[in-house]
Order: sequence, then C-alpha cells, then structure tokens
Amino acid sequence: MDWFENGWGLSLIVFLPLVGATLVLLLPRKQERVAKVTALFFAFASFAAAVYAAVTFDLDSSASFQFGTDQSWIAAIGSRFHIGIDGISLPLLVLSTLITLLCIVYSWNHWPEPHNPKGFLVLMLVLATGMNGTFVALDLVLFFIFFELVLLPMYFMIGIWGDRTKIRLPGFKREVETRLYASIKFFLFTLFGSAFMLLGFLALYFKSDPHTFDMVALAQAGQMGAFAGAFGGWVFAALFVGFAVKVPMWPLHTWLPDAHTAAPTVGSVLLAAILLKLGAYGFIRISLPILPEQAQDWAPAIAILAVIAIIYGSLACLAQTDMKRLIAFSSVGHMGFVMLGIATLTDIGINAAVIGMVAHGLITGLLFFLAGSMQHRYHTREMSRLGGTMKLMPVLGGLLAFTAMASLGLPGLAGFWGEFMALLGSFNPLDGLSLTVFRTAMVVGAVGTVLTAGYLLWMLQKVNLGEPPAEWAGKEWHDADKFELAAWIPLVIAIFAIGVFPKIIFGATDGAVVNLIRSAFGG
Amino acid sequence: MIVNQFLVLAALLFSIGIYGVLVRRNAVLVLLSIELMLTGVNINLVAFGQYIQDAFLAGQVFALFVITVAAAEVGIGLAIVVLIFRNRASANVDELDLLKW
Amino acid sequence: MVMLATLFALGEQTGHEVAQLSDGGVLAQWAWLIPVVPLVLMFAIVFFGKRLPMKGWELAEGAMLFVAVYGVALFAMNANEGINYEGSIEIARIGSFTLEWGWVVDGLSIMMYAVVGVVGLAVFTYAKGYMKGDIRYTWFFAAFTMFAGAMLVLVSAPNLIQLIVGWELVGLASYLLIGHYWEDHANNAAATKAFLVNKIADVGLFVGVIIIGVTVGSFRFTDILNAVADGDSALAQVAFWGGLALFIGAMGKSAQFPFHVWLPDAMAGPTPVSSLMHAATMVTAGVYLVGRMFPLYQTDGFAIDVKAIMIVVGALTLFLTGLIALVQDDIKKVLAYSTLSQLGYMTVAMGAGAYTAGLFHLFTHAFFKGLLFLAAGSVIHAVHSNNMSDMGGLRKFMPWTYRTFLIGSLALAGIFPLAGFWSKDEILASLSFDSSHDGGTLAMVVLVVAIAGAFITAFYMARAVYLTFFGEYKGHGHPHESPRVMTYPLIGLGVLSIVAGFANIPGVFTGFTQWLAARPQVMGDHHAEAINFALAGIGLAVALLGIAAGTRLWKRDAATQQARDTFRIPVLYPVLANKYYIDDLYMKGVVGPIKGPIARFTNWTNTYVIDSVVNAFGAVSVFLSRIVYQGMDQRGIDLAINAVGSATGEAGDALRYTTSGKIQEYAAALFAGAVLLVVGFLILT
Repeated sequence: MDWFENGWGLSLIVFLPLVGATLVLLLPRKQERVAKVTALFFAFASFAAAVYAAVTFDLDSSASFQFGTDQSWIAAIGSRFHIGIDGISLPLLVLSTLITLLCIVYSWNHWPEPHNPKGFLVLMLVLATGMNGTFVALDLVLFFIFFELVLLPMYFMIGIWGDRTKIRLPGFKREVETRLYASIKFFLFTLFGSAFMLLGFLALYFKSDPHTFDMVALAQAGQMGAFAGAFGGWVFAALFVGFAVKVPMWPLHTWLPDAHTAAPTVGSVLLAAILLKLGAYGFIRISLPILPEQAQDWAPAIAILAVIAIIYGSLACLAQTDMKRLIAFSSVGHMGFVMLGIATLTDIGINAAVIGMVAHGLITGLLFFLAGSMQHRYHTREMSRLGGTMKLMPVLGGLLAFTAMASLGLPGLAGFWGEFMALLGSFNPLDGLSLTVFRTAMVVGAVGTVLTAGYLLWMLQKVNLGEPPAEWAGKEWHDADKFELAAWIPLVIAIFAIGVFPKIIFGATDGAVVNLIRSAFGG
Repeated sequence: MIVNQFLVLAALLFSIGIYGVLVRRNAVLVLLSIELMLTGVNINLVAFGQYIQDAFLAGQVFALFVITVAAAEVGIGLAIVVLIFRNRASANVDELDLLKW
Repeated sequence: MVMLATLFALGEQTGHEVAQLSDGGVLAQWAWLIPVVPLVLMFAIVFFGKRLPMKGWELAEGAMLFVAVYGVALFAMNANEGINYEGSIEIARIGSFTLEWGWVVDGLSIMMYAVVGVVGLAVFTYAKGYMKGDIRYTWFFAAFTMFAGAMLVLVSAPNLIQLIVGWELVGLASYLLIGHYWEDHANNAAATKAFLVNKIADVGLFVGVIIIGVTVGSFRFTDILNAVADGDSALAQVAFWGGLALFIGAMGKSAQFPFHVWLPDAMAGPTPVSSLMHAATMVTAGVYLVGRMFPLYQTDGFAIDVKAIMIVVGALTLFLTGLIALVQDDIKKVLAYSTLSQLGYMTVAMGAGAYTAGLFHLFTHAFFKGLLFLAAGSVIHAVHSNNMSDMGGLRKFMPWTYRTFLIGSLALAGIFPLAGFWSKDEILASLSFDSSHDGGTLAMVVLVVAIAGAFITAFYMARAVYLTFFGEYKGHGHPHESPRVMTYPLIGLGVLSIVAGFANIPGVFTGFTQWLAARPQVMGDHHAEAINFALAGIGLAVALLGIAAGTRLWKRDAATQQARDTFRIPVLYPVLANKYYIDDLYMKGVVGPIKGPIARFTNWTNTYVIDSVVNAFGAVSVFLSRIVYQGMDQRGIDLAINAVGSATGEAGDALRYTTSGKIQEYAAALFAGAVLLVVGFLILT
C-alpha cells in the first residue's frame, strides 16, 4: 500500500475525524443514533489506520520519520505540509486515536447535560484531529495550528457541559459557575503559553538560514550551533513557557485541577490522557533537538521543578476531599516524573518519559472514567460521603482498585516503568549535568512514590472499603454497564500488557530516542 | 488654474454637513448631512485631481467610487431608518440608544 | 572414608570452590512455569472460580501442588548434582540497558521454590477448612495464589528489576489479604500500614537497585556479582551506599527494627495468610535478597561495612521483639513477635557473614512457624477468639493440634534434635567465629544477645503452650478438634519441623551447605565444619532454662487456674526458694524486670515512640498539604492569577459608561479627535 506510506495514511488518521465532524454537523439534530454511528465509524477508522501504521511501522529504523510527506503549503512564508511519525510519536498517536474511540463508546449512553450529542460529538472529533495532527506535524506552523486547534473544542466542552456548581474565588466579588471559571482559566492559561511559543517559533524562523519552519531542518541547524548563545536562551525560555503550561509544570499547573474537575467525564479523560502529553511531546520533539545547548543549561531547573511537582502534587492530593480533584492533582505528580525523565537528557530518561506519558494516559484516563461513572451514580464526588463501593458495585470498585494500583506504580502494570526508569535515568544524567541536583532529585522522587501510594490507598480506603454509609442504604445500584465496560476493558488490557511487556512501547521509542540523544547531545 | 475657490466651497459644504450630523435629530436629515460631507470630499478630489494633472485621473476615479458607495450607504441607511420608524414611530436619533452599555 | 575424615576435621573454613554444576536439563529449562502457573491460575480463579465445584480452591491447590512437586524435584536434583541455570527473555531494550524476564535455577532459588511450594501446599490445604463459608472464599484463594506467585516471581528473578516486580506484587497481595475483611476499617488501616511501611523501605530498594545497576551497567545478579568478584572499582566506590540502600529495602520486607511495626498489625488477615506470610512468602524476601547479593556484603572493599549495621539491626530486632512477645495475650501476636525475633536471627547471621546459617534458619523456620500459625489458627477456629485468656485446657479437646503445636514450639525454642536447634546453633557458631575474626567485640556482644534471645524464645513459647493447652478451658462454647483437611497439613509440617534440621549437621551431613552453594559465584561465607559442642550446649541449656522458667511460672498457674497471666506480681519462687534464695534474686532481679517493666517498656516504646513517629509522618504530611494547598496554591498563586482577571474586569466596568449609545456623541468625539490630530500635526510640523 504505497499510498498509505506516502503521507495519505497519516493524513487519513488526522483528518478522518474532521470529515466525521463535518458529516455529523450536517445531520439533523434529532438523528442522534445516526450521529453516534457516524462519529464511531470515523473514530474507529482513524484508530484502525493508526493501528495499521503501527503494525507496518519499520521498528528497525524507528529513528527516521516514516509514512511522511512534504508538500508545498503556504509558500509565502515557507511553511510546508510536512508530516511523519517516528518511534516517539507513534505510541502517542495510537494512544490518542484509541482514547478518542473509547470516549465515543463511553458517551453512547452517558451524555452530560445539556443533552446535545450532536454538538458534543462534533467537538470530540475536532479535538481528535487537533491531537492527532500535533503528533504528526513536522512543521512548526502546522504544529502550532494543531496545537491551538485543541483549545477550542475543549473550551466549549468545559464551558457548556461542565460543572455548574457556583464557587466564590479569592479576589473576586461575585460567585461564578465552576464551568465558566475553569474553561476561561484553561483557555487563557494555555493561550498565554502559546503566545510565547509562537514568538519562539518566529524567532527560530528568522534566525535560520535559509528561513524555514521545518523541524528536521531546524534540528540539523540547531545541532550545528546555529542558535547558540543568548538568542537560543530566550527562544528556549519562550518555548518552555508554552510547553510547561500544557504539561503542566509547577507552578504553572493551577488551571489543571479546575479544568479537570469542571469538565464533563469525557472531557477530563481527553484532557488527562492526551492534552497533557502535547506539552511534554513538544519538549522532546522541538525544544531538545533544536536547542540542545540551552536544554543542557535548563535541565537542572526543569528537574528541580519536576521534583517539586512530584512532592507538591502528592501533598495537595492528600488534602483533597473531592475525588475528581484528587485524581486531577495526581496528574501534576505523574507529569513531574515525565518531566524528570526528560530533564535527564539521557536515553533512559526520555524513554521513561514516553512510556510514562502513555501509561499516564491510559491510567489516569481510566481513573477519570471511573470517577465520572461514580459521580453519575452517587451524584457526589465528596469522598467523605462515599464508602463501601466494593460492596455496592463490585465491578466498578474492583476496577477503581486496579487502576489506583496501576497509578501508584505497581510493577507489572504500566505505571511502574515510567516512574522507575525516570528515577533510574536521574542517577546518571547526561555528562556535564550536576550530579548533586539529579541524584537528590532521584531520592526525593523516590520518596514521592511513597506519598503517591499514600494518597491513592487513602482514596481507596475512603471510597472502596468499609461499610457503605447509611445514606446509600436501600438504594438500587447498577454496576458497570456494557458500554462502560467496552470503553474500559481495552484500557485495562493495555495497562496490563505494557506493564508485563514494556517492549510494546520501548521497542518503538528506543531507536528514536537513542538517535535523538546521540545527534543532539552526542551521548 | 486656481484651486482655492473649489477648496473653500468644499470646506463650506463639509462644515455644513458636520453641523447637520451633529445637530439635527431627524435621522433622514443626518443621512443627508453625511451626503453633504461626501460631496465636499468629492469636490476636493476632483479639484486636486485636475490641479496635479494626474495621468491616471485618480481623483476623478475616486470621486466616482465615493458616489457609488454613498448611494449604497444611503440605500441601506434609509432602509434602517424606515424600519426603525415602523418599529418605534419615530426617526429621532436621540431616542436611539440601543448600543448603550 | 577420606571424605568423612576431612569432614570431621575440626575447625572453620572460609570460602569454598565453585563446584562443577549441571545446567539442570529440561527441568531447569521449564522452571519458568513455577511462577507462571500460579499467576495464570490466579486469573483463572478470578474469572471462572465461582463456577467450579470447589469455588476455585482446586485451582489454587493445584497451583501449589505443581510448585511443591516441581520444587521438590528440583531440590532432589540439586542435592544430587548441583544445578545452576539461568534463562531469560528480553522484554525491552533501552539504550544500553536490557530489561529481562527470566528464571534462575540455582541452589538458593531452588531452596525457596521448595519451601514456598511445600509450606504453601500445606497452608492452602488447611485454608480450605479454615476459610469454609467465608464471604469472599473464591477471591481469597485468588489473592492467596497471587501471593505465592508473586513470591515465586521474586525468587526466580535473575535480575534486580524482576526482583522489584515480585517484591511489589508480594506487597500488593499482602495488602489485599490483610485487608480481606475490609468492611472493618481497622483491617483496612492494617493493610494500608503494611503497604506503606513496605513502600517507605522500598525507597531504599529502588535507590539501591538504581545505584548498583547503573554503576555496573546491568541489573543481572550474575553480572553484578561477577563485578564484585573482579573487584570492579566503580562499583566498589558506591557499594556501601548501594548495599545499605538495598538492605533498607530488605529491612522493610523482613520487618527489621524499626520497620517491624507493620507485621504485628498484619494479623488482621485470616490466619492462613499469616502463616504463609511469616513462613515462606513475604518476610523471607528481605533475607533472601541479602542472600542473593551476599558476595557484595562479604567481599573486602565493597559493602562489607554494611554488615556491622546488619548485625546491630538484627540483634536489636531479635531481642526487643522477643520481649514484646512475652506480654501478648493474642496468640497470633505472640507468634508474630516471635517471627520478628527469628528474622532478627537471620539478619544477625547475614551480618556475621554466615550465608548458610541465615538461610538455613529461614528454611527450618518456614516449617515450624508455618506449623505454629496453622495450629494457632486451628485453635482460633475452635474457640472463636484470638485471646489466650479465652483458651486453656485445649490439650484434651484438640489432641492433634496440641501435639503439633508443641512440636513447633519446641522446634522454635531450639530443643535438640528438632529443626530449630540445628539452625540456631549454626547461627551462634557463626557469631562466635565472626567474633574471633572480622566481627570482633560487636559480634561477641551480639552472640550474647542471641543467646539471651534463645532464652526469651523458649520462655514465651512455653507460656503460650501452657496458657493455651493447659489448665481449664476459659472460653465459651465447645471446642473440638479441627477437620482432617486442617489437621493433616499440621501433621505434615510437624514432621518437617522435626526432620528439616538434619539437612545440615556440621561434621556429619553438610548437604544444605552444598545445596545452597550451587551458585556461579563463591559466596565467601564461613560455616561450621563440626559441631561446636560448647556453644550447642549453651544454646540448648538456655532454651531448656527458658522452658523451665516458663513451666515454673505458668504451669502452676494454669493448673490452679489463678492469675494465669499476671506478670506484674512476680509469683515465681516456691520450689527452690528455700534452698536457693539465689533463684529469688534471679526472679526478681532478672525475670521480673524482663517480663515486667522492660518488656512493657519495649511494648510502650513500640506503641508510643516508633508508631507515633510513623503517625507523625502522616500528620505532618497532612499539615503540610494543608499549608501547601490552602495557603500557597489557593491563596498565593491562584490569587495572583485571579487578580489579573479581576483588574481587567474592573477597568471595563469603569470605562463602559463612555458608550452612551448616542450616535451623535460618537460622531462629535470622532470629529473632535480628528481636529485634535490636525492641530497636533500642525503644531509638530
């Protein structure tokens, strides 16, 4: 299938959801069933194409970009339609298409209020295009467009279907609905970062000779030292702000708990599973290869921030009473491990970061699914009111226990590798980086795993175990239904498979990562 | 060629137009005043165009553009005035503050 | 005859040659089935267990039967020719590192396979009777099978990464089993505590694994130990910290002081769980790890300094926890503290450089401690109470339980010729050897502590036996002997508790030493070449003394049914009182303080000092999290962000009055602006 490998395959993966979105948009609003089937079909087609790409992907040359194409696009500024995937983007692309598909399956009979499946599906599919596109783009302008495309659907998802509880914020006079506050905060925060990121992109364009937005060409130029010195420092700082907001890194994380808590279930899942990965992916794909020198200057700072995030996130989790917010804060800690891995600038650390991203996507996605389904049944997320879920709904409770165990990094499940390998990498960071900083980071990060275990076990104890409180007695409980199970079981299988046989991920990433490290840092 | 008298005429027409726009209450008259201002501008354009002996006749061409746009604008403006009058039984500009904060 | 003559030659010998080992043939190549079968059957139980005639028990039992048979077969083969085999498959490659799943079949792991299999088989059989009618019968056996399977993953690991996997899975399984009755929050709390205390120690394990693995460039035990044997200088530099960190991890799983607090609480689980946990699957992991990495600790220039820490920690554990066992009323807690104390012995042995002695004690201890817990469970099953104050006189009602419990207690106390005698004697001999070599005074002191520990062990076990089986029945209901499915495992383990010690009789039959030595590296330990009759005599005498003291103290009380457990009033001076007032002095001066204030103080320290530190960590974390979350996050960072938004809004509020909606005002402003611009332009030019 030559056409598939010449860029059409990737284009299909990226734009099929968009086609689906257009079709759903054209359908009358009352045709819910047709809309759902259409959306499901296009999401599935995109996923199937991604799986086909993964199967035919040449693992032996995972360092080079495959399935790509490089077409003239906006000739005036030299921006080209340059796409392709290597071993680093492949797992994330498959993850992104899978999660989209599962979200549509889950939504089948879980529509958030106000009831408008058509609008919701359209947004989900547009989001999918943005996410998939970000992972395949090899041109900075293209990357930026897809990166920003993700914002709008998520903004509307949170703003329209989000949590309507009123909250009063410190510094504000009036009460505001959580969804409005959270959606605006999310949008502005990310846009703030993107503005800097765009400046950085433009600076790279004008500094490069000949002017280009092409990531591959820029990386080559950067590794020849084209962006050395103070200029590179400023550009790295600008890119750092853009990506760090999206990751999110401490102290730019405060949009995350609000957005996750306010978003509808599917929104939280997509946000946690894919959107957070865009930032870390940006670091690996853009910042490190194009600005290797500055990356080395900044690495200790990133490592310190990452470790702060690990401890800080875990401590904040311990203070939560709201289950969804606890899971949201746990993302801060887990992404801290990912960033710690990236900061080591070693093959181990970056491999750890990629597998950590995939694992976090699967695990935290599943946790948000479960939290959403529990809220659907209990109509509350206050952990003090919950208890004994294992007794009321054994399947739901069992899955929550499984996922919590995966989240705390139990070996044999996916979460372990990212956490452990990140610590492993930080024992021996790239030559020239401060050993003191990184080895301290390793120990502190290891202590963080204890805190992580602490809050997750605490959550299990509150939500799952014990006798159910009196207020839930005598009610009829519906355990997980078939749509929920259909959405969750693939995740459970994936968590398990990656945990037992991490080569599923490492097999793809290793070649690309080693090549990246060798060409950028000579290590 | 002496351009001064044309400029004086144009200035007078423009000033009358400004006066009308700012002072009259009837929306139709406001629109007419705008037309006066445009006329003043047109005179200026033609006068200057002739004065500098432009090979492309840019002044005259611009005047024609302005006349066309002015016609379109008056058409839409009068349509709005008619609709407002039907809805409110008044074409008084003072009473139209739909855009108020 | 020459062989015999050399064997009988007195004295100690350090080090031994690597014997010619066989690769174990097909049996070793298929040994990966040992951890895999239980784990696969665990899933089978979860998914299909409820539909089976015996609700999944048969699968669990089948798994353990398989492991036991396979383990014993390997054990026999190892005894015959010595096996060393290592197989692995790559599961990932990262840069220069390779992650592997593998299985190692050598003397050490074969011993563990056999122990886990045999003890597991007994416990699983027993559990069928014990857990009958339990609300989560099938789930219990699934988790139980996973417990054994996880331990086998740990034991079969040829590299540190897989060891961590097994290590954590054992922790998970223990969490599930300790919290088996999760309706009660006390049980959850115990499960969580066990998991978290282990997790804290795991920080050490992680750090140690990373330090050693990264420095050597491989996580395989073979590579690491070869690096030690080659005197790798990079490893030598970090060996102390790496070895110490690994030992901290081992301290958590093997419940060494001060990480021992989780083990007594872990009694919240059903008794078969305690039995397996204490005998074979969990607490042995730490000792196993030290044994696996032994040359690192034993070789000069590497982590040899850690041995001093090891020996001190072990001595503290064995002594302090042994004392606590004296004041417990809960029979399972007595046994739990005794496990701690015995683990202390194993650690002391490792610290004294006695690889064989430590693991030999692990081996024998597995049988008699498994037996004791099962017998205690049988008693609990009969009287529906854990407390010895509800028991008494059960000897008549439960003859088999009584007999086997007695055998277990005597073995634990180290009475000749039961299993415990041989292994404990081996440890004492190693300590004595160490004190005259590297260990010096410290080892001498620890030797004394260990002998004192032997006394205490015998003392509290005598107490437990008398309070439970002698005197008159104090509980309610009618106790009865347990069904056969429970007594047969007791008898089986009882037989093993008697004979297991014969596996290693210095100077007569040193099989166990050679079995364990079937490894690719020289362990460099020292082991007795002949029985040290003096030490053995002292050990035995002390143990008998302990029993005598126990008998003296509780036999009479049990018989007269008075003040059966009153420690506070020393009542121990009738028979010899008139002849030897020195007895009186001993009682008041030694036994009294030991069983009274000192033991209670230790208990108090345990509860109020060490536990409170653990709790304080939790409290401080919660406190910090409040500060961080409410103070910094919500008031600090968020406030700044909201203030920016708020300021924009307020500015808009103030300025919006300029939009009056009057077109003519706008037009006027427009013209005024134009005029101003013109004027400004004129002025400037």
